[in-house]
Amino acid sequence: MRYIARRTAFFVFTLWAAVTVNFVIPRLMPGNPALAMIARYKHVTPAELASLEVLFGVKTHASLVSEYFEYLANISRGRFGISYTFFPETVSHEVLQAIPWTLCLVGVTTILAFLLGTLIGLVSAWRRGGWLDSILPPIFVITSAFPYFWIALLAVWLFSIKLNWLPLFGGYSIGDTPGWHWHFVVDALEHSILPASTILVTAIGGWILTMRNNVISVLDEDYVRMARAKGLKPWTVMWGYAGRNAILPNLTGFAMSLGFVVSGAILVEYVFNYPGVGWMLLDAVFNEDYPLMQALFLLITLAVLTAVLLADVVTALLDARTRDLV
Amino acid sequence: MAVAGAELREAQAEVPVPGRRRAPRGGNLWRAVRHNHKATAGALLLLFFFVLAVFPGQIAPDSYASTNFTRALAPSGAHWLGTTALGQDIFSQLVYGTRESLIIAFAVGGLSTFISVIIGVSAAYLRGLVDGALSLFTDVLLVIPTFPLIILIAAYVRSAGLLTIIIVLGLLGWSYGARQLRSQVLSLRDRDFLESARVRGERSLYIIVVEVLPTMTSLIVASFLGAALYAVLTAAALQFVGLGDPNAQSWGTMLYWAENSEALGAGMPLWAIMPGVCVALLGASFALLNYAFDEISNPALRPVRKVMKAGLGGFDSGMTLDVVPGASPSRSRLGEER
Amino acid sequence: MRLRRQKPDSAGTNRRGGHTEPDVFADGVHDLPGSSADEAILEVRKLSVAYVIDAGFVMAVDRVDLDLGRGEFLGVVGESGCGKSTLLFGIAQLLSPPARIVGGSVNFHGKEIAGLSDKQLRHIRWREYSVVMQSAMNALNPVKTVAGQMRDVCKAHSDMSDDEIRQRSEEVLRLVSIDPVHLDSYPHQLSGGMRQRSMIAMALLFTPDLVIMDEPTSALDVVAQRSLMVQIKELQERLGFAVIFVTHDMSLISNFSDRLAVMYAGQIVELGDTRQLFDSPLHPYTQGLLEAFPSIRGPKRHLLGIPGQPPDLAKPPPGCPFAPRCPQVMAKCTTIEPPLLDVQEDLVRCLLYENGPPEALAANAPTPVEIQELPERLPAGSAAGPGEGTSQ
Repeated sequence: MRYIARRTAFFVFTLWAAVTVNFVIPRLMPGNPALAMIARYKHVTPAELASLEVLFGVKTHASLVSEYFEYLANISRGRFGISYTFFPETVSHEVLQAIPWTLCLVGVTTILAFLLGTLIGLVSAWRRGGWLDSILPPIFVITSAFPYFWIALLAVWLFSIKLNWLPLFGGYSIGDTPGWHWHFVVDALEHSILPASTILVTAIGGWILTMRNNVISVLDEDYVRMARAKGLKPWTVMWGYAGRNAILPNLTGFAMSLGFVVSGAILVEYVFNYPGVGWMLLDAVFNEDYPLMQALFLLITLAVLTAVLLADVVTALLDARTRDLV
Repeated sequence: MAVAGAELREAQAEVPVPGRRRAPRGGNLWRAVRHNHKATAGALLLLFFFVLAVFPGQIAPDSYASTNFTRALAPSGAHWLGTTALGQDIFSQLVYGTRESLIIAFAVGGLSTFISVIIGVSAAYLRGLVDGALSLFTDVLLVIPTFPLIILIAAYVRSAGLLTIIIVLGLLGWSYGARQLRSQVLSLRDRDFLESARVRGERSLYIIVVEVLPTMTSLIVASFLGAALYAVLTAAALQFVGLGDPNAQSWGTMLYWAENSEALGAGMPLWAIMPGVCVALLGASFALLNYAFDEISNPALRPVRKVMKAGLGGFDSGMTLDVVPGASPSRSRLGEER
Repeated sequence: MRLRRQKPDSAGTNRRGGHTEPDVFADGVHDLPGSSADEAILEVRKLSVAYVIDAGFVMAVDRVDLDLGRGEFLGVVGESGCGKSTLLFGIAQLLSPPARIVGGSVNFHGKEIAGLSDKQLRHIRWREYSVVMQSAMNALNPVKTVAGQMRDVCKAHSDMSDDEIRQRSEEVLRLVSIDPVHLDSYPHQLSGGMRQRSMIAMALLFTPDLVIMDEPTSALDVVAQRSLMVQIKELQERLGFAVIFVTHDMSLISNFSDRLAVMYAGQIVELGDTRQLFDSPLHPYTQGLLEAFPSIRGPKRHLLGIPGQPPDLAKPPPGCPFAPRCPQVMAKCTTIEPPLLDVQEDLVRCLLYENGPPEALAANAPTPVEIQELPERLPAGSAAGPGEGTSQ
């Protein structure tokens, strides 16, 4: 499967690019904020100090190239330095705490938005001229342009403050201890309803629109007319002929829209103070916690790249033509 | 059950026949825009914001920053949307804030589109290694999540002024457009009219500018609109989380201060919501225009009007009659080319 | 073949605003010798298909009458845009908006199928008639194997088990000389000729009585074209199905069809036995078409064409649609719409034959227009000397 090999190579290359960007940026910034930041750290072991210096290019007497390789070595071992915000915990430790929250919130809702959106788009285009098709596109054209944070603010105002139905912020109520007991799980779920709905509502519009447009073009194709000529049941045609072909460009476009979803998720977490990766990133910004910021950026990039690779694998599974591509 | 010929006359009666048969090229586009509700709505919205940006003094009762008024007032006759926690008139702030948002939208849109045209067209036209390298570069930038990257950069720069925002957004937002343009040019590259230009001995640059670009205007416009939308939303988001200049006069900054003062909980919801409404509306205008552009250039996507009873299923027509709007009689051989 | 006369419109006017004269054969039905009406499996009467758009409508198929007997091979020829594919889709009930049937009837196996919904047609589709389209690459679902697509059809119309379906699929592939191992291939993995043949195989899954083919050979090279035609003819004679074959390539079809219909501007202008039509074409358009095909053997001659363009169907000219281009046009041709006339077992839509068979007109026939397609002298410096200039 040369196609998969090629996509994996791209994955590795892009990851390397992101890592290098991470290396380069602090060294480009005027005024070398890293120096000032490092000075704020207290009680740091020499080894940790060394890795921080490498991370931020403070040691000017070492050559750039050797610094670079040391940096790569550190990254691959997961050593991102010490977090200022959560001192003296390491960055890796803190990041690992935040990942599950984001995975559950963003991961689940993105997949849900994709599946639901694609389905609705398919049905809406299938029944052209029906009520579904006349109201959906205009509505979603508008809503897909709404900023995530604004929807989040609206949701907070309406459901938390005015109606008091759902909790205002956080991943769980203050004072609760995280753990796998029922009470906590219910509490966490309650807290995730608003952020999840916000992401879902904003993200789904794009999927619906693109799927609808794809299906409309596919319906013009000869093989759909042929399927009709064969007297196949409408269900069969909709799924196996129209749907399966129309979804392919969507999967390819998954990569690009993921960028939007990520930015939206960060903002939603911020508004809701939801303890995920995005919130942690912004929190790190305010605390000028550069090690944490950089690690989070890499993590987010890694997640997106993995999702893109998965989408490519699914495309290859669905479409024999991609499999046979060189 | 033979269908009678009289049915056609019946169907005919229900379909409006415009007076003019053939309209000039420009007229066709104008007519298409006018008839397309999305385009009209988008254009009107944009126009509205333009007016606000150009004549803020005439429309807003007060300036952005003046804090003369009582704090946290509810909407009233004197203050249509109330005042902020610092005593500023919300409505005036919104009006003055329009300018910065529009500047960002058009500047970033222009910069992004410019870069994407150069890269996309060159990659497709020059092919070979150049194309390989440029495409790889484009794809990498496309996949790497730019928002966290922008946050990272903005964090290092501290408070990002207008120019910084424009440059950073513009330099990172061109990849999608470049990809679209590249594939369009690739599909055009082997067409006969380009071949004839090559044979005539025209230089590559001439071919690109004079022959290729005009065919891609709709794609370039779509690219611009998309970039403008992305710019408005991202800039507002950046300012909202505090990465922008807190003294700037913009909607995003209003949101920042509102959030800081806990406006939602403290009884000043409009302060937090209204700037968002403006961002949403401006964004919506770009999105509407973009979508409408899609529809105008691809008639298959236009809304289908049912003159008779609607049928269910993709094409189970029975006795339905679907009218595809906008097709002109001169292009009457729809699909029947065999 | 029994063919009912086209009755003039009661008001004496037709859609185009011209006049119809009283029908020459107004005494009623006219039987053609040689076949019995009971054998007709398809009867198309005054079928009209229009594309209805905002600004009006376009008659792509104008009151077409057609009969098809059991096992008969009917060719439909005409230039691009004459309506032959639309006619095909109109008969097969495969039109999509903005095209729709606006008049006439299609009677298949004694049942009226025009205007039926897809649901109502499902039980006869593919079992009793099937369709083969022009481009197999576009007509086959790119993400399903050939076997998968055949299975879809079988499951939709029968209770065959998976094994039976597999067996039947292999059988039909062998019919078209394809190794059944290709059942599990995807369309893009097959060659153009194989794709086309597998489409034909699919069309024969239930050995229908009628197979409608829309230019299935156009996408192939000439050698593949001929071999495909031979195969189709063989299958047709073996399995006994009728064929309506649409093409623009008159010379190709002439060796295989029993009867030939010539279409122009949405109407049938000539319909008759293939051999007879080729030997003595009656309609000036048919004559022009035949003159336009160079012969690979025989003496070189100037290529003749038909000057002008097909009419804009949105604004059809009054009277006969071919009048503006006709070399034998008469004054009344621009005012009277010619009806379909029966001239010695050949149906012609031309006023030249109002008063009977062509012998009477032979003496008056003007010479057809010659078009100099190539210069008489080749440019200086080329190897050949001055000559006729006609070349393949």
